[in-house]
Amino acid sequence: MKLLSRPFFWLIVAVTLLYALLPYLGGNITLRETLVLSAIYIILAANLNLMIGYTGYVNFGSIVFFGLGGYLTLWLIASHHWGLYPAVLFAGLVTSLLAFLLGFGVLRLRGAYFALATIGINEAVKDFVANFEPWGGAEGIFLPFTAFKAMGGPAKALWTVYLLIVLVMGLSLLLTYLVKRSKFGLGLFAIREDEDAAMVLGVKTPLYKTLAYSLSAFLPAVAGGLYFFKNGSVIPDEAFNLHLSIEAIVMVMLGGQGTVTGSAVGAFLYERLRGLLLTLPGLSNFHLVIAGALLLLIILFAPGGLMGWLYRVWPRLRRVLE
Amino acid sequence: MPEILASVLDGLLIGLVYGLAAIGLTLIFGVMDVVNLAHGAVIALGMFAVYFLFESGIHPYLGLVIVAAIGLAFGVFVYLIAVRPIIDGPPLMTLLATFSVSMVIIGVGTALWSTSPYNVDFPVKTLNLFGYTVTSARLVAALAAVLVTAFLYTFLYRTTLGKAVRAVANNREAAELMGIPSQQILALAFGIGTALAMLSGALIATLFPFTILSGGIYELKSFVASVLGGLGNPTGALFGGVILGLIEGAVAPFIKVSWTNVIEFVIFVLILLFFPTGLFGGRR
Amino acid sequence: MSRVILEVERVTKAFGGLLAVNDVSFQMHEGEILGLIGPNGAGKTTLFNLINGVYKPTKGHIRFRGEDITGLPPYEVVKKGLARTHQIVRPLNEMTVLENVVVGACFGADNLGLEPAARVAEEVLEFVGLADFHETLAGKLNLAQKKRLEVARALAAQPKLLLLDEVLAGLNPAEVERMLGVIRKIREQGISILMIEHIMQAIMSLSDRIVVLNFGQKLAEGTPEEVASDPRVIEAYLGDPEMAKKILEEEA
Repeated sequence: MKLLSRPFFWLIVAVTLLYALLPYLGGNITLRETLVLSAIYIILAANLNLMIGYTGYVNFGSIVFFGLGGYLTLWLIASHHWGLYPAVLFAGLVTSLLAFLLGFGVLRLRGAYFALATIGINEAVKDFVANFEPWGGAEGIFLPFTAFKAMGGPAKALWTVYLLIVLVMGLSLLLTYLVKRSKFGLGLFAIREDEDAAMVLGVKTPLYKTLAYSLSAFLPAVAGGLYFFKNGSVIPDEAFNLHLSIEAIVMVMLGGQGTVTGSAVGAFLYERLRGLLLTLPGLSNFHLVIAGALLLLIILFAPGGLMGWLYRVWPRLRRVLE
Repeated sequence: MPEILASVLDGLLIGLVYGLAAIGLTLIFGVMDVVNLAHGAVIALGMFAVYFLFESGIHPYLGLVIVAAIGLAFGVFVYLIAVRPIIDGPPLMTLLATFSVSMVIIGVGTALWSTSPYNVDFPVKTLNLFGYTVTSARLVAALAAVLVTAFLYTFLYRTTLGKAVRAVANNREAAELMGIPSQQILALAFGIGTALAMLSGALIATLFPFTILSGGIYELKSFVASVLGGLGNPTGALFGGVILGLIEGAVAPFIKVSWTNVIEFVIFVLILLFFPTGLFGGRR
Repeated sequence: MSRVILEVERVTKAFGGLLAVNDVSFQMHEGEILGLIGPNGAGKTTLFNLINGVYKPTKGHIRFRGEDITGLPPYEVVKKGLARTHQIVRPLNEMTVLENVVVGACFGADNLGLEPAARVAEEVLEFVGLADFHETLAGKLNLAQKKRLEVARALAAQPKLLLLDEVLAGLNPAEVERMLGVIRKIREQGISILMIEHIMQAIMSLSDRIVVLNFGQKLAEGTPEEVASDPRVIEAYLGDPEMAKKILEEEA
């Protein structure tokens, strides 16, 4: 595929640059903190889309990758004095490898059974980590101040980490775009439509599903490492917050499962909506209610999400927006 | 040694309550192939229901009957709003729909009651059972769970309506051909499943302090118990709950409580992987 | 006689206590059309599932072009050059007709990349007469078109042997004629065909030889004439009055 000649590729580049430059140029820290959350959401939603939208497997516990990435990164930095870059890369690779090994087992399960198992995995890992003394048990891991010093002091380190998170966001969109336009992606879509038929057509379904699962773990794990480095600490309840992974499902469904644009737009809109609800007086406690009601409305009335609706109104959009 | 036996006895009693919750979950799955992800939230609602009834002067055990009635009505309501329109769609949709119901319940609950713990504070006696000390509340909770289960079985096997529920569970199309109004039966089954979840929540509330989020852990225990017993198999779910309780009781004296969750989830994932139809055979 | 392409040797499949396929053996030669008939529940589709690896045989062996393929998963079997269609069509509904066939070409015997696969898919769609439906979602096709899509997907895999499971069922006479034309053209390309069919006239006229299954066992094997006059076959079908009537009509 001639990537450079594809408008959609340049759209991804433009969005990524926009996220990177908007707060950076003006040194606007408030905007940066808003956008960092939005970028994290886009990372989670885009990678989850590989499973839900492409392969048709609902991973309720995708946040386990994010959390493991965070823990591995902070542990390597705090206890083994690694630098941030090797630590997040290593965390991403280890998490992805674990997902690969686990995937061969849990992906034999289908439908509700798989969904339940993914919840079980996240909860098991959370409870394990909360009891695991080398990782600080329920208190978690705190980064020593020296970790930021190596990166030119906290203020500079936070900007660097922000840019890295935005980079991971761009890579997530690029990855899901490339997968969608690849033979691998075609195999995944066939699995989503009818796994048994796909197998008869020659798709190596066990391997393909496992690869998709493993692939969907890598960038969220890296993002988890960066995010918790930025926070300076990680605790089990934040790292393995099941709610966040369910919210990621809402984002994918809101934007339109199976589309790159949809997962990104869904995540962006969800973050805006959530921010709005949290700041409106009297509504701050209701963001979960509204998210739930929104999800239900999408499921009942617009299962294709925003993109599904747009494609229906303007069918030609299918050729431009992936 | 007596210490561990006492702990196992405690586990057995609480296991029956887990079993009751699991029956609610497995009944809904067995009848309509829906995994109800609002189960935990409903359990928490049961806890709060019995709490407010108690605060307004109704004895918790009397309150159970009211809780069951509320649960039945609420379940039918949820079914009609969130499940019925997509009952024949892909399984993913019903999972997400019931989860969205859970988000709404927990969201409203958090707004109304915050996430701080509540406690149904009524006097509890300790009893001597075969030489072991148990609390009266725990014993009553276990007995109530057994009674409700017996009641459910009588309903399913001895009444026309119950037989209709089983017919629909067995083969919805065939049941429809025989003139059974399957949509009404599905609504009823969802109501019963919800009522059982609320009842188990109400019983748990008489034993431990709780928050609106407490349902989550019991939802997961219900999953473990149902999967142990084979999803869709009510008897299996009861036994699954008892096994879970026994395991908790047996390991409690030896390890920190917080490790039991790890053990349960590991068992859960392993059972899903190696015995997907459960230890006693499920519906698939 | 040309070379043996498929050899089914004493294959048995038990589901619990039920023997769905019981000690069945037969051979197929290159370029041959072999018909597989038998009353409902005789084990025909189960036999297909055993040959292409959806099920593992309880006993026995399956050899394809001299290689033992017993127990290989379906996605390996298709790469050896053995493709199939489903009795109940299984289009990938939310994907376009072209994409459906590209899947077949991509993951078939030649393991093509996306672009060559798209070219193969276009040729195959032309071949089965679905050239005008490239961009249609597969779920929106009618039954006859879905059946042709099934055949197209299987053909796109570049098979040496094609298993056709009731591709004529549910079609009207005009559509049946059209599909028969497609099957003949496939044979002209040198692809061997093993087909299950209930429409007796069609299978009798198309097949070089016929294997009859009944209650999971091979009842008879031979040319269409031999099989049609075999008293055991007639008896087996007489158990099914509909089928007996059909045979009598067609014989007349």
